[in-house]
Amino acid sequence: MLLIDCPYCGPRAEIEFAYGGEAHIARPAADVSEEEWEAFLYLRDNTKGVLAERWRHAHGCGRFFNALRDTRTDRFHAFYEIGTPRPDVGDAA
Amino acid sequence: MSGAFRLAGRGRIDTARPVVFRFDGRMVRGYAGDTVASALLAEGRHLMGRSFKYHRPRGPVSAGSDEPNALVGVGEGGRYTPNLRATQVEIHDGMVVVSQNRAPSLRFDIGALNTLAAPVLPAGFYYKTFMWPRGFWDKVYEPLIRRAAGLGRAPTAPDPDHYALHYAHCDVLVAGGGPAGLAAALAAGQAGARVILCDENVEFGGSLLVDTHSLIDGLPGMTWVARIVAELERLPNVQLLTRCSAFNYGPHNMVALNQRLSDHLAAPPADMPRERIWQVRARDVVLAAGALERVLVFEGNDRPGIMLASAARTYLHRYGVACGRKAVVVTADDAAYRVALDLAEAGVKIAAIADLRPTPGGPVVEAVQSRGIAVLPATTIQRAHGHLRVTGAELAPIGADGTVGRGRTIACDLVLMSGGFTPSLHLHSQARGALRFDDALGVYVPGESVERVRSAGSCRGIFALDEVLRDGVVAGLAAAGGETGPVWTVTRQDAPGAGGFAGALPRRGPGHLALAFVDFQNDVTAKDVKLAVREGFRSIEHVKRYTTTGMATDQGKGSNVNALAIVSDVLGRTPQEVGLTTYRPPYTPVTFGAFAGHARGDQFDPLRLPPMDAWARAQGVVFEDVGLWRRARYFPRAGEDMAAAVARECRAVRGAAGIFDASTLGKIEVVGPDAAEFMNRFYVNAWTKLSIGKCRYGLVCRDSGFVYDDGVVGRIATDRFHVTTTTGGAAGVLNMMEDYLQTEWPDLDVWLTSITEQWAVIALQGPRARDILAPLVDGLDISAGAMPHMTLREGSIGGVPMRLFRVSFTGELGYEINVPSRQAQAVWDRVWQAGAVFGLMPYGTEAMHVLRAEKGYLIVGQETDGTMTPGDVGCGWAVSKVKPDFVGKRALALPAMNAPDRLQMVGVLTDDPQEVLEEGMQLVTAAETPVPASAEGHVTSSYFSPALGRSIAIAMVKGGRSRMGAALYAPRLEGPALKVTLVDPVFYDPEGARLND
Amino acid sequence: MIEIAEGCALAGLPPMVRLVLQGRAAALEAAAASLGLEAPPPMLRAVSGAGGTALRLGPFELLVLPASEGWAGLDAALATVPHSLVEVSDRNVGFVLEGARAADILAGLCPLDFALSSFPVGMVTRTLLDKAGAMIWRTGAQAFHIEVWRSFGPYVEGQLREVARGISFSLLAV
Repeated sequence: MLLIDCPYCGPRAEIEFAYGGEAHIARPAADVSEEEWEAFLYLRDNTKGVLAERWRHAHGCGRFFNALRDTRTDRFHAFYEIGTPRPDVGDAA
Repeated sequence: MSGAFRLAGRGRIDTARPVVFRFDGRMVRGYAGDTVASALLAEGRHLMGRSFKYHRPRGPVSAGSDEPNALVGVGEGGRYTPNLRATQVEIHDGMVVVSQNRAPSLRFDIGALNTLAAPVLPAGFYYKTFMWPRGFWDKVYEPLIRRAAGLGRAPTAPDPDHYALHYAHCDVLVAGGGPAGLAAALAAGQAGARVILCDENVEFGGSLLVDTHSLIDGLPGMTWVARIVAELERLPNVQLLTRCSAFNYGPHNMVALNQRLSDHLAAPPADMPRERIWQVRARDVVLAAGALERVLVFEGNDRPGIMLASAARTYLHRYGVACGRKAVVVTADDAAYRVALDLAEAGVKIAAIADLRPTPGGPVVEAVQSRGIAVLPATTIQRAHGHLRVTGAELAPIGADGTVGRGRTIACDLVLMSGGFTPSLHLHSQARGALRFDDALGVYVPGESVERVRSAGSCRGIFALDEVLRDGVVAGLAAAGGETGPVWTVTRQDAPGAGGFAGALPRRGPGHLALAFVDFQNDVTAKDVKLAVREGFRSIEHVKRYTTTGMATDQGKGSNVNALAIVSDVLGRTPQEVGLTTYRPPYTPVTFGAFAGHARGDQFDPLRLPPMDAWARAQGVVFEDVGLWRRARYFPRAGEDMAAAVARECRAVRGAAGIFDASTLGKIEVVGPDAAEFMNRFYVNAWTKLSIGKCRYGLVCRDSGFVYDDGVVGRIATDRFHVTTTTGGAAGVLNMMEDYLQTEWPDLDVWLTSITEQWAVIALQGPRARDILAPLVDGLDISAGAMPHMTLREGSIGGVPMRLFRVSFTGELGYEINVPSRQAQAVWDRVWQAGAVFGLMPYGTEAMHVLRAEKGYLIVGQETDGTMTPGDVGCGWAVSKVKPDFVGKRALALPAMNAPDRLQMVGVLTDDPQEVLEEGMQLVTAAETPVPASAEGHVTSSYFSPALGRSIAIAMVKGGRSRMGAALYAPRLEGPALKVTLVDPVFYDPEGARLND
Repeated sequence: MIEIAEGCALAGLPPMVRLVLQGRAAALEAAAASLGLEAPPPMLRAVSGAGGTALRLGPFELLVLPASEGWAGLDAALATVPHSLVEVSDRNVGFVLEGARAADILAGLCPLDFALSSFPVGMVTRTLLDKAGAMIWRTGAQAFHIEVWRSFGPYVEGQLREVARGISFSLLAV
């Protein structure tokens, strides 16, 4: 069970959280092309390495936040608030 | 002393406390502290079980949790547990133990004929043989194989015990309480860390439990252990757990332990859990898992009486049992010499020591030789003789070129083998630690891990006791962040021997008929592994699956390294190139009861009871589970079946009035200056013009354009909406709302609160609903003119605060009375009493479904399946055409979302009005359709309608709305397809006159 | 109070007024002032004032337990600040769990660390009690105020009792 460091509540067990998929996927305006809308809905990188992803502390403060997690190791490199840019963690592995 | 092979004055058993138990119906005497295996061995009995595939007679190979052979069933009735390792099961008075996988008896087993068939039962035999004819698999092959193969039977009675779970937190978890683990725990504990130390054994000590030779600070090993354990017990920050196995290493240092609390007790206290799972979150972990001696792979190596040298030492020093009278030792390692000395000193004759190495030497070898024990260098064991018990060992010389010469047989009743020691890497590997092959040691050792974990002692290839202790201290200090730790001096110890052997032993002549076992538990032989490689399996993972080596409950503790060596030998590649298979949890088997923990019976899942549950129960209701909720399904009267009860409930609602507990509906209060803007962006509907006191049917799509949920929304105030969702969608809708609010529109000043359980909902539906309700509401005018359909009023009912919605999911005049949950039953009672004279009846979810289907109202999740647009389900009218954006808007504009041949919601009538279609039936164009046929659609809801006196159904049909009056066919499993006609889905009161009454 | 384990008692709490206040900093500050607090409590802390207790469950959220039945004062204090105030008195049911084994019992259902150093008196948080969402508030070294949604009450009480049954056997938290 992952240990997830909620930016508001501190480290908590994974069962308190709901996964929210890849982060920094901007929702386009309603007049974009079909291709852009498809990309927004369905196209993801399936990153092997450090992935920016969303979590919600569903059974805690209720807040969404972002995390950088290495999908190879499950190691977290950063937890940060929604709306803030992806931190630079270098070539973390 | 009981048992002919028991040695007085030896062992850690309590000879003052005799214990009697039953094995296969026969009384066996032992002592407190014995295991099933040690007590049977004390009687000279090695035969304890039959093997998985060939039903070979088997006895214990080991003395611990790595035991592959001596698996027994323990206990009776609901307490029967199969497949326990006799080498671990502690005996108590009255215990009932049975051997497994034998018929009719352990000594004579009919299934052992499989051994004769072994030449035709090679690796992959089942894959190759039982492929054809296909139909035979289910009915013939599988039942036969299942009966012949396998281990213990599963218990059939409910488990009467209870089990516990405990989440624990510590700075340092030490797994394994041998010398390295004890040293690490003490070092970490003295440094002030919160420490948990666990060990799977009854007592701490690990290898020191059986090492009577070494001295630490001048003390015998176990005297030192007692001193260290006493020091640890004095530290309040250290928790000691025995009979507790670390069996799973999860991400971020979450390690699961299984603590066995009551199995060793004849009469455990009533409330004692049988086992407890510890979920330990450790900042740092020290693995001190030790090392396991390897078996040697030679013909007949599975005969009872053939065991690991270290096992014989354990039976001698822990249980005071000599495993035989006359032993032959076959070894590639020095450790077996110490065992030979210990056994000889205890009176066991050592007939010979065959050493695979050409020039064994050193102090312990010399000590053996000086006792007059024959040491045969460069000697292998060609085969073992015997059937139910080993009777002799055929020893043969290995020439300088590696060829094996003619051997001679030495009579014996015990063969001890030692292929050297394999570090236990299971937990390290589960923690996704890399493994590194150490060429000098000839084994894998731990490499880098992504976790904060360290291995200490023999589990990382350090075997000399003084180094093990130092390694434990270093690991404990590093884990705890301490600087100085305890120091001990090992004043006597054996030097660890160089050597060890992995793979199949060299032999004379062809080995293709020889049964030389690699994996005892799954009956995998050396030739099976070789055959798999020859047949093209190159990956060790594929070899594992094809041969099943390492896949038994022992997870390859004794077999993996030998299998690896054989594969690497055949392939001509190094072990590092071949790699090792992944170790899977659990390290040792864990009972289902322990995994279930507190979650069993009534407490398996939360059972959510709506406010009027007790009332419904008193009425003799039949319940149904809806998610976690238990809801009233129908209220049968004497002699009524479900159809009769539901028909009566439906007629009551259409003819007079019905009362229904709708409290499980999800409810969300949307509040803030931007509430209307939020609603506009989230729902497909437009909300700006909804005035206070009005309600509207709201539809939620995902951004994919597909319907996600629906429900009535009422506007309480300019900045306050009372939103309802489906029962099942409540949590999902709130989560989705929070998602958009927090991540897309954080600028909006609006907040969401779940009020599902704040407000109970009493639905009062039917032409007399107003007559019943009007006198009850305090000073509120609910006349048709004052409170029309789709409005809401705040007020009170008998002094209880109320949000009254005039809404209907039945097509009748109806109200949903929202009152605070705690007072809901009182309000319900008042309505119930007031309704008696009007013929008010309670109705359940089944009648609710029929009534809504008569009106063609969809249920999200029944008519929809995650691929339906609002237009598909006849709700295109709800979608705003003017809003610049809302969730789903862009997707709904895609051409495919508006294609004319999309599945559309229609009504369906059968030719025979009494025929009720099955929900899920496919609809096709012709009565006789060749298979495979493509479906035109499918039935989503189907009932007998009391109001219409005939069956009705709702279906999703391609282009359905333009096919009214068309005929389709519903094929059945048996009988001809049923002809149906497509109609409008609103079957009852299509003008809606009754709603607006 | 019912003793569910040696030295540990469980009791249901009487009905009480519960309000969920959500809003930005200004709203939380206004609410705190109306309750007689200098400032809103920091995250995961409960603080009491003359007007009641505020429990900080989220960065933009307080659970308010007013000292009296009404909350007109709170409404007034918030009148000019964007906010959401919703009564949830009947949504939750409360329990008090007290005694030397109280923290151990919770640890049978919840993955939080209940050591006093990690979960001090005055700390409150939402979390899980096995499969039920719950709020846990430490009101004393050996006392917890637990809240769950009403329909989960029987389940959570059953789980607490089941854990308590076996708690005294070979369990000593470090």
